[in-house]
Amino acid sequence: MRRTVFPHKLLPWLLLAPQLAITLIFFYWPAAQAFRQSVLREDAFGLKTTFVGLANFRKVLGDPAYLNALQVTVIFSALVAFFAMGIALFLAVQAEKVIRGKGFYRTLMIWPYAVAPAIAGMLWLFMFNPSFGTLAWPLRQMGISWNPLLNSNHAMTLVVAASVWKQISYNFLFFVAGLQAIPRSLLEAAAIDGATRRHSFWTIVFPLLAPTTFFLLVVNTVYALFDTFGIIHAVTSGGPGKSTETLVYKVYNDGFVNLIMGDSAAQSVILMLIVIALTAFQFRFIERRVHYG
Amino acid sequence: MADTTDSPLAPRGAGRAIAHFWMILGVIIVAFPVYYVFIASTHSTSTILRPPLPLLPGPEAAANYGEAFSGRIGQIGGVSLWRLLGNTTLVAMGIAIGKIAISMASAYAIVFFRFPLRMACFWLIFITLMLPVEVRIQPTYKVMVDLGLIDTYPGLILPLIASATATLLFRQFFMTIPDELLEAARVDGAGPWRFFKDILWPLSLTNVAAIFVIQFIYGWTQYLWPLLVTNSNEMNTIVIALKKMVSFTDAETPWNLVMVTSVLAILPPILVVVLMQRWFVKGLVETEK
Repeated sequence: MRRTVFPHKLLPWLLLAPQLAITLIFFYWPAAQAFRQSVLREDAFGLKTTFVGLANFRKVLGDPAYLNALQVTVIFSALVAFFAMGIALFLAVQAEKVIRGKGFYRTLMIWPYAVAPAIAGMLWLFMFNPSFGTLAWPLRQMGISWNPLLNSNHAMTLVVAASVWKQISYNFLFFVAGLQAIPRSLLEAAAIDGATRRHSFWTIVFPLLAPTTFFLLVVNTVYALFDTFGIIHAVTSGGPGKSTETLVYKVYNDGFVNLIMGDSAAQSVILMLIVIALTAFQFRFIERRVHYG
Repeated sequence: MADTTDSPLAPRGAGRAIAHFWMILGVIIVAFPVYYVFIASTHSTSTILRPPLPLLPGPEAAANYGEAFSGRIGQIGGVSLWRLLGNTTLVAMGIAIGKIAISMASAYAIVFFRFPLRMACFWLIFITLMLPVEVRIQPTYKVMVDLGLIDTYPGLILPLIASATATLLFRQFFMTIPDELLEAARVDGAGPWRFFKDILWPLSLTNVAAIFVIQFIYGWTQYLWPLLVTNSNEMNTIVIALKKMVSFTDAETPWNLVMVTSVLAILPPILVVVLMQRWFVKGLVETEK
């Protein structure tokens, strides 16, 4: 606790005012509106709204399209988190092994962090679109009828690839930092005891990386849930069919394209609960780490 | 023989060569999409449409870039690329600087003053971590309409500059400033402004640089929000304009100009990250943990 402070009474409020104003206008007020709308329903002409309790939630949760979006989101997020973290960890371990050129590799690895998700999606679509994509061309030559614009598995593969590509940089930086924090003496001791490199990776390095891995798991899940909207919107628009429509894409689609406010608001509230759960999970976990660390 | 200078993870000879091989493969995969679009931007549309694309720059670079900057791209209403780059720079800078300013001010108030409801204010800001724009898009959009902020720069910037993360970071950093420093400053008669300007700000510069890079990238790469609050072509960011230009079903899509626009949309943030790498990496890894 700080002992010395400034005695002013009005000044701190003035300093807080801009942030509080923006927070109240653009965060709390809309969030409250989302809650309000989620329990109301408008008639077909938008003239009358009635209180319907949890009916919107029941409707949303019983809607096959919503359950489909939920399933798509779970599969998509799991694939993105697994590959983005797996590839990044593999590369971070390799980077740890090289002595010369570390900085050079790192510089080249961090590019995708700066690329907008929507553009990342478009880059992959340029390379893999069925009509002129340079990398789709060999696939076609090999007799694969590659078409991410029509085939839902191909579409999913493409959005996952673009999302993973964009996230590798971030995970790579964290894994490199995590690896550097592992005490060298442990690895030396294991080596003296005759442990192979592979063995000491799985029994020493990987468990000690757990804090980094868990942190990244939360970050990657949040990334896959929210930040990939641009990729999906730019590459597939949720299609073909609804095979790449995630929860966030559906909120957008129902709220702005189909204009079903009550449903969209109920979906927003459900998403908010998911974010709160994830954040709580993250903080609980960080707290535990502080205790043991 | 023990090699004490190497990391124990570092093998020698063949093992190291294999590690280099994987790193090079990784770097190629990571950099290839960016390289590909750059190469494509130097070829004519007919070359682009006839796969496979050559792996080296073509002869059309000057023509493509010249045409793209001339501002005759019909798909985006003939708005010039300068305008789009200007819009995006303004939005990214506005978000980065705005965030730093308001979150530093609020962290300063919370750490260096005592006033009623201080912790309530802190929690009020903290909870916004759980309200990303994606979960409240529809009502936030309505607020923008009510305030008449559609198709304006404040509309593009303001809702994105309130950030709990930056406030938390500055609060954490300010709390590490020793009491003695503040005591000494107060004995010398320094008020809140003087203390901030002469002591706190110089000490915060590294953090400010790190947050600036992260938030500049955040602002530059925004998609959902600019998509919603801009209707006029004049107000588009370059990312949105690019999305408008690309259509795989439209035979008129000027692919060579699409590639030029992609390069210009990617290049500035990449330069910022690469040139400010030192602060960026430090800031990212140390602050988000």
